[in-house]
Amino acid sequence: MIEIVNLHASVDGQPILKGINLRIDAGEVHAIMGPNGSGKSTLSNVIAGREDYEITQGDILFQGESILERAPEERAHLGLFLSFQYPVEIPGVTVSNFIKTALNESKKARGEEPLDASTMLKKMREKMDLLEMDKGFLSRSLNEGFSGGEKKRNEIFQMAMLEPKLAILDETDSGLDIDALRIVANGVNALRSPENSFMIITHYQRLLDHIIPDHVHVLFQGKIVKSGDKNLALELEERGYDWIKKEQA
Amino acid sequence: MWRKLFAVSEQDQILNEVTSSEYKYGFFTEIESDKIPPGLNEDIVRLISAKKNEPEWMTKWRLDAYRVWVAMAEPEWANVHYKKPDFQSISYYSAPVKRQINSLDELDPELLKTFEKLGISLNEQKRLSGVAMDIVVDSVSVATTFKKTLAEKGIIFCSMSEAIQEHPELIKKYLGTVVPQTDNFYAALNSAVFTDGSFCYIPKGVRCPMELSTYFRINESGTGQFERTLVVADAGSFVSYLEGCTAPQRDENQLHAAVVELVAMDDAEIKYSTVQNWFPGDAEGKGGVFNFVTKRGICERNAKISWTQVETGSAVTWKYPSCILKGDNSVGEFYSVAVTNHYQQADTGTKMIHLGKNTKSTIVSKGISAGHSHNSYRGLVRMGPRAANARNFSQCDSLLMGDRCGAHTFPYIEVKHPTARMEHEATTSKIGEDQIFYCQQRGLGMEEAIALIVNGYCKDVLNQLPMEFAVEAQKLLAISLEGSVG
Ligand SMILES: Nc1ncnc2c1ncn2[C@@H]1O[C@H](COP(=O)(O)OP(=O)(O)OP(=O)(O)O)[C@@H](O)[C@H]1O
Ligand SMILES: [Mg+2]
Repeated sequence: MIEIVNLHASVDGQPILKGINLRIDAGEVHAIMGPNGSGKSTLSNVIAGREDYEITQGDILFQGESILERAPEERAHLGLFLSFQYPVEIPGVTVSNFIKTALNESKKARGEEPLDASTMLKKMREKMDLLEMDKGFLSRSLNEGFSGGEKKRNEIFQMAMLEPKLAILDETDSGLDIDALRIVANGVNALRSPENSFMIITHYQRLLDHIIPDHVHVLFQGKIVKSGDKNLALELEERGYDWIKKEQA
Repeated sequence: MWRKLFAVSEQDQILNEVTSSEYKYGFFTEIESDKIPPGLNEDIVRLISAKKNEPEWMTKWRLDAYRVWVAMAEPEWANVHYKKPDFQSISYYSAPVKRQINSLDELDPELLKTFEKLGISLNEQKRLSGVAMDIVVDSVSVATTFKKTLAEKGIIFCSMSEAIQEHPELIKKYLGTVVPQTDNFYAALNSAVFTDGSFCYIPKGVRCPMELSTYFRINESGTGQFERTLVVADAGSFVSYLEGCTAPQRDENQLHAAVVELVAMDDAEIKYSTVQNWFPGDAEGKGGVFNFVTKRGICERNAKISWTQVETGSAVTWKYPSCILKGDNSVGEFYSVAVTNHYQQADTGTKMIHLGKNTKSTIVSKGISAGHSHNSYRGLVRMGPRAANARNFSQCDSLLMGDRCGAHTFPYIEVKHPTARMEHEATTSKIGEDQIFYCQQRGLGMEEAIALIVNGYCKDVLNQLPMEFAVEAQKLLAISLEGSVG
């Protein structure tokens, strides 16, 4: 699905990612953990194509092709989705209008017909039911005045609507209450299939109780310093990062 | 596009009548060219009046205006900079001229691109740009059918020239009562030399069954350099009036100085919506239209006037639709989106003059500046000594795109009654890279992202426009801002 090869990226000449190697195959779920400031969000932004970062070395292959030259929206059209750690507010644009536009833009780019209004609405209803969301959300301004948890749930709602091939969830679990966590996890699990992959960035084991990862990686100072199976997450939960930091020192 | 301006079934019916039976009518291609020599003096004013076959009282009215104008100086206070027009080099009378173009290929490709983006049909494109056509629904015949429906309700909707001939008592009674000849430099000039415009009268208690649009009258009158519009809503009546068109209007005339007067009698309501897209000049700012407009309405008891405008065009805009809230409990509203890009300059806003008791006004102004443009909001809220319990709410927001443009806000407030209340909110924001990236991540291109964000920002104003007009205005905003970020 995605292959990241010796990726180096910097901001304002300051190196942040320092040689990341990671391969996620179709159907797999990878969890990325690591202390604050280690570069997790940077990695997801770089994959999604944010311009502020300069790629100084390496490559990102999505379904076998380099996407470094591709604009963010083109990457989205290929089936890449990023659930933002801090979703932005867009005043005056309703959730339903935004999703409608997003979905139809992707369809257009793929040469598919746009969804008609009733199919669109039906699909929205279906996904909202899955995520136990109030229908009132559809007519609210995107993320404006949303609580932290509502914003995250709205991200997963969009993911469910867009049905991406690779979804990167950047701390989607932060700010969710216990019920919301379960609901969001159900949303993710509903999308899981042999064709889809996930990269889940999280600080806590509790999300991984619901979404069992195939692989767990630890990012530290811009590098993946340790990889393992789901037990690595349990170990981190118990022991913290100190032992890894020491290993690196 | 006029199709969209109709909304209800009554209007569909008119359409049907016209489209089924009068399809064969061709486009009016006669070329008239009737110009008088450049320059302005009393003889020219008399000549204009004579050419229009006007009665003596009208000639005198114009001359009074001219005499006031000569003594006036062009205003300097607006926050705009331009080379002042030479008023002696302008020709003040030119009968509607139809430029004969044989095919769309002869038009500026930029203009065609814009038409396409607005989703204007080929025939419509031809009509708008004055291309001779073999098959077209002639808008004059639409207008005729349209007029018949209005006439049944006693509504008068005609050109100003026609009104001067046919309804002199109404014109004498109302013309210049809201914007007197002496009002300001451009209004005085307009009063002296206006060539045409629209007149509309809604009788007592009548609710005008459709949106009235100048669009229907373009063929009759052409868009003059000095347009004069007068809308009178008699007691208890209602009218929604649309001015302008989203299609870009190019004009040989650089200077436009229109006057619009609205009279809302007791319990009447006038909703006046404008979407204006004068040619703003090229990316370097050359060749655009100067638009100096005086728009004002007067509200009697319990009356309401609501101005909504979406302005994207003109090189220089100077425009302050205003309300005089004379009657007790009257209401004035101003909703505005002004977009400036490249080297455009806009100085717009409103004046809300509260004279009566319990008068209420709302101002929502959304400025968007991009490129090297400058966008100023200038608003006056005055609450007179009799304006007990007067209320105003003003919200003036500016959105900046890039860092070479400017937004300026000049609110003027005068409150002379202790119980009057004002509330003023102002914000300045930048279109955030975060917002754009977020949209892009969800599959929107840069331009779509900007259009979406801007439309969201303008929502409160766009919501005030009649539905179909709003849809067109949205597209127009997107087009005006193309290439402004990135
Ligand atoms: N645009 C930027 N400008 C300057 N520094 C940046 C920028 N983006 C990231 N950084 C820096 O890069 C480092 C990695 O940040 P990043 O947000 O990727 O961390 P993270 O692993 O997601 O942390 P957290 O767990 O707190 O979310 C931090 O030191 C951060 O300050
Ligand atoms: Mg982060």
